[in-house]
Amino acid sequence: MRNLQPNAPTPAAAQGASARSWNWRRTLAPTGNTGDTVFRSILFACAFILLLIVIIMIGAMAVNSLPSLRAFGFGFLTSQEWNPIAGKFGALPFIYGTILSSLLALFISVPLSLGIAIFLVEQAPRALARPVGFLVELLAAIPSVVYGLWGIFVLAPALRETVEPSLARWFGWLPFFQGNITGIGLFTGGIILAIMITPIITAVVRDVLAAVPVSQREAAFALGATKWETTRVVLTNGAAGIAGAIILGLGRAIGETMAVTMVIGNRAQISASLFEPSYTIASVLANEFTEATGELYLSALIELGLILFLVTFTVNGVARLLVWSVAHRAGGSSVGRAG
Amino acid sequence: MLFSEKIMRGAWLVALLSILVIAFGCSGQRGGEGVGGGGAVRLQGAGATFPNPLYQKWLSEYGKANPNVRIDYQSVGSGAGIRQIQEQTVDFGASDAPMKDDDLGKARGGQLLHIPTVLGAVVLTYNLQGVEQPLRFPPDVIADIFLGRVKTWDDARIKADNPGANLPAAPITVVHRSDGSGTSAVFTDYLSKVSSEWKEKVGTGTSPTWPVGLGGKGNEGVSGLVKQTPNSIGYVELAYAVQNKFPVALIKNKSGNFVEPSLEAVTAAAAESISATPEDMRVSITDAAGANAYPIASYTYILVYKDQKDAAKGKALVDFLWWGIHEGQNFTKDPQYPYAALPAEIVRRAEAQINSVASGGRALRTAQ
Repeated sequence: MRNLQPNAPTPAAAQGASARSWNWRRTLAPTGNTGDTVFRSILFACAFILLLIVIIMIGAMAVNSLPSLRAFGFGFLTSQEWNPIAGKFGALPFIYGTILSSLLALFISVPLSLGIAIFLVEQAPRALARPVGFLVELLAAIPSVVYGLWGIFVLAPALRETVEPSLARWFGWLPFFQGNITGIGLFTGGIILAIMITPIITAVVRDVLAAVPVSQREAAFALGATKWETTRVVLTNGAAGIAGAIILGLGRAIGETMAVTMVIGNRAQISASLFEPSYTIASVLANEFTEATGELYLSALIELGLILFLVTFTVNGVARLLVWSVAHRAGGSSVGRAG
Repeated sequence: MLFSEKIMRGAWLVALLSILVIAFGCSGQRGGEGVGGGGAVRLQGAGATFPNPLYQKWLSEYGKANPNVRIDYQSVGSGAGIRQIQEQTVDFGASDAPMKDDDLGKARGGQLLHIPTVLGAVVLTYNLQGVEQPLRFPPDVIADIFLGRVKTWDDARIKADNPGANLPAAPITVVHRSDGSGTSAVFTDYLSKVSSEWKEKVGTGTSPTWPVGLGGKGNEGVSGLVKQTPNSIGYVELAYAVQNKFPVALIKNKSGNFVEPSLEAVTAAAAESISATPEDMRVSITDAAGANAYPIASYTYILVYKDQKDAAKGKALVDFLWWGIHEGQNFTKDPQYPYAALPAEIVRRAEAQINSVASGGRALRTAQ
């Protein structure tokens, strides 16, 4: 940021160039050609506008959530009560619902996506891989409200009639599978999210695996490895990219609004049972923002938005770190950046 | 190579030209907007979603008769409508529930007026197999179902008023709106009047904290959940229930009659409440007296500033409102727009409100 003044070269740069200092003029005009300079400046402006938008967004949300921050302080994060009429606001049920529904989605989706991707790249005959791959990409393009309607009218009744009663019968001794079965709740929300993020994770993992050099596979086969062992070599090679794909899916799951709102039951509570209705941050924003009157109410909702922003930021940061560490362990192999 | 370069150059030219056209087009429009007298007047409104279908019909019909006035309405929700008229980013707001005193105090453009336009109602709809006759509910039972006190359909208190109905021994699944909504506000306003426990524990509001049940987004979300969940009960707008032919419950009113929700019963509730309606029209007509009054009804309002800054816009606005409370009421006879018309006495009072709108001290309605 401090290099924003183009006409003020730093003393270090004026002295002639240690590698660390950034000579603004040389950055913008590497070739000395006027056209190139203009072109490059435009590109830089584009990049900075993005940065600026993020900063403005965080700033605006922080300023607007001040009344709520002042009124509730840290207690906002730990309070379970959300009562707009009484003017009491706590974020914990929404944070809980967001994280749990996303984790449930990953728990279902990751093995499934890995399986599909490995099949497409390593096992499937080309005549089958093409159409299946196309289908996966098609699924990723379906609008989320369509998933939501399908969730209400098809998935929820099906779960209520078949899956949930059997889970209650066999695993009812676990606290996760107790309570009234309605087909609407955290469980259904997690499944719909899993269905929505599977195509995304699958598509990225497929590209990652396809980018692993054929020589790796040939080397493994040459050493007498089975298909299974070869696949493991390929997976290790693409680990960083796969991690990236999973994060991409997680990001979508955390921010997903419409489909989840329609099947999760929208109830601000923390319950161990997956059959109980729950609530996510994105859902409560979509539900209550338009009708929120009163400064404190609006401010509490904006603070929830800020929390969602920070949660997404943290998840992405941790993921980058993970990808980076895996990439380094694997010797910084070239496929790492595919995700 | 050369060919593709030509295409690129062409594309650039087109892009540049279109930017220029858009820029000039916009500035031209903005220039025309401020002009009073002969030029077209544009009005912006925003607010409640409930009357939106009717308002859109009004705007298109009014626009045909008055081509020099163009009015746009965005159904962004009552809360957002109130915020926008407070901030003066629109020329009129719209809300299902009347504004509270401290919200009125935050209006930047001075005194806000409530102009009632039509009436709506909230109905109970349910999903019970084998129940043919419409169910009948007294108010205390409705409150206790939504409080989670009456838990099963074969509860003695439900049976008492529905002797012939084949009620199952199944738990009741309550469905409510999850999004902030005027429908919820009207329903909780009614429950607060008929149940002291509800008033104390939950209260009245667009997004109450429901003691039990599942939340569905919008009328379609609630009705979708009710349709898909056996043994469930929920509430939706009368207009929505009529259009989709849902089973609706009869509700016992203050006079002790079980009343079927209908447009006439809603207008009756408004007419019975006239003596309790203050001059500023901010009134709740739930739990109205009168033999035929349906008890869960409410007005929907358009919000305008009493003092209009721009005389030309203000004049267009009051003329439109005048048209709305007179000619506009005729559209409620069309089954496509199941809203209840204003009672004659309320139309007279709304006229007085519209007549009081002024610009620079001069009343706009009478000015020529």
